[in-house]
Amino acid sequence: MQALFGQLLVGLINGSFYALLSLGLAIIFGLVNVVNFAHGALYMTGAFLAWFGLANLGIGYWPALLLSPLAVGLFGMVLERTMLRRLYQLDNLYGLLLTFGLTLIVEGLFHHAYGNSGNSYPVPEALQGGTDLGFMFLPRYRAWVVLVSVAVCFASWFVIERTRLGAYLRAGTENPRLLQAFGVNVPLMKTLTFGFGVALAGFAGVMAAPIYQVSPSMGSSLVIVVFAVVVIGGMGSIFGSIVTGLGLGLVEGLTKYLYPAASSTVVFAVMAVVLLFRPVGLFGRET
Amino acid sequence: MSAPGLQESRALYRLGVITPARKRIFFGVLVLAGLALPRLVYPVFLMNVLCLALFASAFNLLLGYTGLLSFGHAAFLSSAAYVTGYVVKAWGLPPEVGLLAGTAVAALLGWLIGALAIRRSGIYFAMITLGFAQMIYFLAVQLPFTGGEDGLQGIPRRPLLGLIPLESEGAMYYFVYAVFLAGFFVIYRAVHSPFGHVLRSIRENEPRALSLGYDVDRYKLVAFVLSATLAGLAGALKALVMQFATLTDAHWHKSGEVVLMTLLGGMGTIMGPSVGALVVVTMDNYLSGFGDWVTVIVGAVFVAGVLGFRRGLVGEALHLARNFPF
Repeated sequence: MQALFGQLLVGLINGSFYALLSLGLAIIFGLVNVVNFAHGALYMTGAFLAWFGLANLGIGYWPALLLSPLAVGLFGMVLERTMLRRLYQLDNLYGLLLTFGLTLIVEGLFHHAYGNSGNSYPVPEALQGGTDLGFMFLPRYRAWVVLVSVAVCFASWFVIERTRLGAYLRAGTENPRLLQAFGVNVPLMKTLTFGFGVALAGFAGVMAAPIYQVSPSMGSSLVIVVFAVVVIGGMGSIFGSIVTGLGLGLVEGLTKYLYPAASSTVVFAVMAVVLLFRPVGLFGRET
Repeated sequence: MSAPGLQESRALYRLGVITPARKRIFFGVLVLAGLALPRLVYPVFLMNVLCLALFASAFNLLLGYTGLLSFGHAAFLSSAAYVTGYVVKAWGLPPEVGLLAGTAVAALLGWLIGALAIRRSGIYFAMITLGFAQMIYFLAVQLPFTGGEDGLQGIPRRPLLGLIPLESEGAMYYFVYAVFLAGFFVIYRAVHSPFGHVLRSIRENEPRALSLGYDVDRYKLVAFVLSATLAGLAGALKALVMQFATLTDAHWHKSGEVVLMTLLGGMGTIMGPSVGALVVVTMDNYLSGFGDWVTVIVGAVFVAGVLGFRRGLVGEALHLARNFPF
């Protein structure tokens, strides 16, 4: 029983990261119409910035939680302004290819600088320890990760679905030309949206640093799973990507308990089943 | 996805720069040059180029001619390599049987993955194929017969059909060359057949192809299976040449590499992927001393190719020939 809850908790943690990353992907895809392959690499960059800041500059976890996503977001905006922008009038597959190339560059640079091995990042003092719930031991940091991820996801959902800014964003997704005709600076909005989506990835990276090893390849294997999550959930709704992310994390945790060998492939198996019965994705809209 | 190279070659036909006679001479000279090449260049390098050229050409059938970006072609390359290696090494069967077994497995896998992936299009298609390829990668790590992290090593080169010894690199080269030419011919014929024209019409305008009465999904699936089969043939061949099958060929980097070859050489051109394979293999060879920088350089080439060089080398050459017809 202890083992089952332990694995479910691990699943919930993974699911939080799936949700955060697929949310960023969905926001970017919605307005900018780019599938950002570099999302994983930027998540890794976020984790590395936090690690680097602590090791060399004495910047702790709390400032890093703000500074690291900010830096990643700025980097993303530079990428959007200088490169991605040139591809908007083309097929959106070119955006995927461009960000794939960027992933190779970023990961290669980190490999060169820090090698293949992982670096550990300490859990911040305030969140060390945990509570015994009777049926399982709950480390405080892990509870924090789940809560914050869910909070950030819902805040994003609220901003997009319930505020004026979000209304612009949704309008831009539907019809960018018309929105521009109403005097909204759509190109700027695209830059900021890309920056925000990517900053979410950087934020997830900082959150992940104390849990996983900080290594150059931590992002790319994750992003492929997140792509599968996106296919399963459908990129149509923000809410859908949150639920799908958390749900699949739990499914993975359950598989790890029942049949550990299949835990790395179960998400893809779910993807196959969904494609068979509901090709648009669980929350996708028919187009 | 539009293939800029194709419009160029069509325009050249109209201008009379490309004529059937000139084409025959061009391919004739190329085939003869291929026969003489191992006297000048290291055969193992050439065989590597040929295997990857076949791989990329098979991939181009989907990307360049059908407009489907598969981001998981490493799955077919590697599964065929593993099966061929295993059949030849563990069961002691001759290379031609191994080649057939590997190719057949890739075809079956192509049918399974293709049938699911074509249910979505565009960007989703790419993500789905990437996901399934990652699944194959994890299976290759876990299944006992693949040798996990070590891969399959020391795959023997038995005599072909029990008669022709393949131990020497020279003999192996001509075998690889023959298989490559056969595979390339299949692709050439497929592209220039009525079937190929339907594929192009799907790429240009899928709803219109559908409304003209073509069963678009069926055509897509056939193209996918054909592409997977030939990618598998390339992988099986590679396992025999290199005498090993490893996880490198199953990794998503490999799926990206074949996109790079096709993009660099010119998608939607018949020669482009082969030229791209030559460039990428040469680059890998010369850069192997640079360690991690290889990935960075490959990434930079990728970015440059997407941003400013979408016609690819062959596409650019055709474009030049169009502006300066001879």
